[in-house]
Amino acid sequence: MEMFDLSLIWAVIIAFSVIMYVLMDGFDLGLGILFPFAPDEDARDVMMNSVAPVWDGNETWLVLGGTGLIAAFPLVYTILLPALYLGVFLMLAGLIFRGVAFEFRFKSKRTRGWWNAAFAGGSFVAAFAQGCVVGAYIQGFETADRVYTGGAFDWLTPFSILTGLGLVVGYTLLGATWLVLKSEGHVREWARGLIPKLLIGVLAVFVIVSLWTPWIDPGVFDRWFDHMQVIWLLPFAALLCAVGIYVATRRRREGLAFLLTLGLFIFTYLGLLVSRWPYVIPPDYTLWDAASAPESQFFLLIGVLFVVPIILTYTAWSYWVFRGKVRVGEGYH
Amino acid sequence: MALDPILLSRLQFAFVVSFHAIFPVFTIGLASYVAVLQGLFVATGNTVWDRLGLFWTKIFAVVFGMGVVSGIVMAFQFGTNWSNFAQMAANFIGPMLSYEVVTAFFLEAGFLGVLLFGRHRVSPAVHFFAALMVAVGTFISAFWILATNSWMQTPQGYEIREGMVHVTSWIEAIFNPSFPYRFAHMAMAAFLTGGFVVCGVSAWFLLRRRDVEAHKRALSMTMWLLLILTPLQAWIGDEHGLNTLEHQPMKIAAMEGNWETESNVPLLLFALPDRDLQANRVEIGIPNGASLILRHDPDGVVPGLDQIDRAQQPPVWITFYSFRVMVALGLLMIAFAVAGLVLRKGGRVYHSRWFLRGLQGMSLAPFVAVVAGWVVTETGRSPWLIYGVLDYADAITPSLSGGMVLFTLLGYIAVYAVIFIAGVYYLCKVINQGLDEHDDTEELDSHDRPARPMSAAHVPFDDARDDRAPNRS
Repeated sequence: MEMFDLSLIWAVIIAFSVIMYVLMDGFDLGLGILFPFAPDEDARDVMMNSVAPVWDGNETWLVLGGTGLIAAFPLVYTILLPALYLGVFLMLAGLIFRGVAFEFRFKSKRTRGWWNAAFAGGSFVAAFAQGCVVGAYIQGFETADRVYTGGAFDWLTPFSILTGLGLVVGYTLLGATWLVLKSEGHVREWARGLIPKLLIGVLAVFVIVSLWTPWIDPGVFDRWFDHMQVIWLLPFAALLCAVGIYVATRRRREGLAFLLTLGLFIFTYLGLLVSRWPYVIPPDYTLWDAASAPESQFFLLIGVLFVVPIILTYTAWSYWVFRGKVRVGEGYH
Repeated sequence: MALDPILLSRLQFAFVVSFHAIFPVFTIGLASYVAVLQGLFVATGNTVWDRLGLFWTKIFAVVFGMGVVSGIVMAFQFGTNWSNFAQMAANFIGPMLSYEVVTAFFLEAGFLGVLLFGRHRVSPAVHFFAALMVAVGTFISAFWILATNSWMQTPQGYEIREGMVHVTSWIEAIFNPSFPYRFAHMAMAAFLTGGFVVCGVSAWFLLRRRDVEAHKRALSMTMWLLLILTPLQAWIGDEHGLNTLEHQPMKIAAMEGNWETESNVPLLLFALPDRDLQANRVEIGIPNGASLILRHDPDGVVPGLDQIDRAQQPPVWITFYSFRVMVALGLLMIAFAVAGLVLRKGGRVYHSRWFLRGLQGMSLAPFVAVVAGWVVTETGRSPWLIYGVLDYADAITPSLSGGMVLFTLLGYIAVYAVIFIAGVYYLCKVINQGLDEHDDTEELDSHDRPARPMSAAHVPFDDARDDRAPNRS
């Protein structure tokens, strides 16, 4: 066991689970946020049908990440969850409402308006809460002796509200490029028209957060302005993706626009990771401080290494099966 | 009034876990029943088994979906409200809970899809195999969760270094002393839950003369099963109690309302326990009963609460009466199973209105019994979260205030109320639709693998029965 740095392996697995979750649940949360603004009920059917076969699988990454944390980095679990107590509750409540609405909207007529509202509201709250978590994470947590000692609302600051709104706009952009890819006719034109506006919103938040982040903490400042010049490639790549999304949308390269939006998320995510690496609970604890016992990490690793490839294969296969456009009135149900 | 975060957190955990537990306990039993039905279809070729299988699979799908949704919250409760416990025990409970997720993932990835949507895409034998694997999978999930809970009741196979549990033997920790009993007791409870719900729903159809032949079969086979399982459960429960006597004697003392360690202890049927008096105000019991049950000897010594300090005593009222509710319902279940056997003569089991109405009511009994049983075992170990190792006060999240917990407790109650009402309402619609409303187009039109369990039930939420879901038009 000593031959491998199990904690490092686990850090990679969990970082991977998180970005998988963000990318995959991101576009269906984005569709939920767009829901109230859709031109008509047909468009809403198309929007829901475009993610109906896959959204459930998307959320399983969240549960895997959550339980993986307690097994591999219990300190992260036991400091983050108390610190984000109310935010976590809002996120879970949002996700639950949205999940139930997903099931029952298709099956209802009279109460459909209520399920629409639950779907949109749940998606917005969940996305905003997740964005606040990102902001709170960059700020760091007040701890003493491996226990969270801050208050109930430390996670809610101007900075974290900004990142919360940023993630809402980001998910919406992801949802819009997904919808352009998966729809046609008036639904597609509506979604396409949204992309430039959303792109401006995303870039505005991106710039403010990027300028603000180094001043939050001296450690982050040093990381960006001291040595490691190579990490400047990450925000540069993210900006390049943003330009690409605009160009690809104008030239009607739908698949490319969606992939570049994924790229925008990935590079931003990596940028956030390097800001704090190897601290998993900024500003005090590194991933090795937070790790569980090697025998526990190893015990679970066996199962995860067996199952994750199966999940990935199965996910890829289900996206392949459900590829192509969703048409109005063509139900998956 | 100051809000106590410990008490509120215990209430919150009790609420979310009880609410969640009623779904898995049902799906575990139902999955096995569906597998049996599909197996009978393969073995006999009689389509009535397949029709029953389809009907119960739809119900399984809805309940499974609700279980998944309510279960997400559980993965976060340990960190939000019991972070010191999570930190201390992470080396054991972390891998256990993760393996449960991994198992569920694996199950959902493959066999569930085939069971729910593959009825006409694969052969009956393959479909049966998928049903069997789903049933096995639900048991594997329960295995990890119950191993974790049992370890918290009777911990072993670990050592504590620097304030953290370190597992010294996974086998010893997983197969801890109370695990085999708890697992058997819970598995049987799941079968009984599935069995009584099937009987109750069959009775409902028989009373309305709908699909009489099919539901007669379902009722008959399930009543035979219950005739064997209800007494078996009583025996397993007794064994579980003896195991508890050995490892958690104070839980037994609270269950029996026994304050003093002595011989010739009566089996109390009714009592008014009083913590201040350290005795029962009033008690009605069967002489020597508790000594006989627990020690198999009228002169046997039964431990009493006087063995520990007053502050360490579990709440007697809750433990005592929850236990009696569970046992009373268990005896009622045995009575119904035996009554069913007697009524078979002349086929009255299918016609007797009082019996069928009673069965309808009994479909709720296992749920109440399961929750009551969990209240017994969880309250009875008080004040320990890990028995003898970590108590509530040391396990709670230090930064938590009473107001925060109250807010989320009310929030979870509100969220779960909506899910529960919508879910049960929809479930009633699915049941009311009955056996004959299905047609082949209900299978997925052009796709292979939907992940969402509830989409297996194609019943409108709020429209007239003949009104198809609008997006299918």
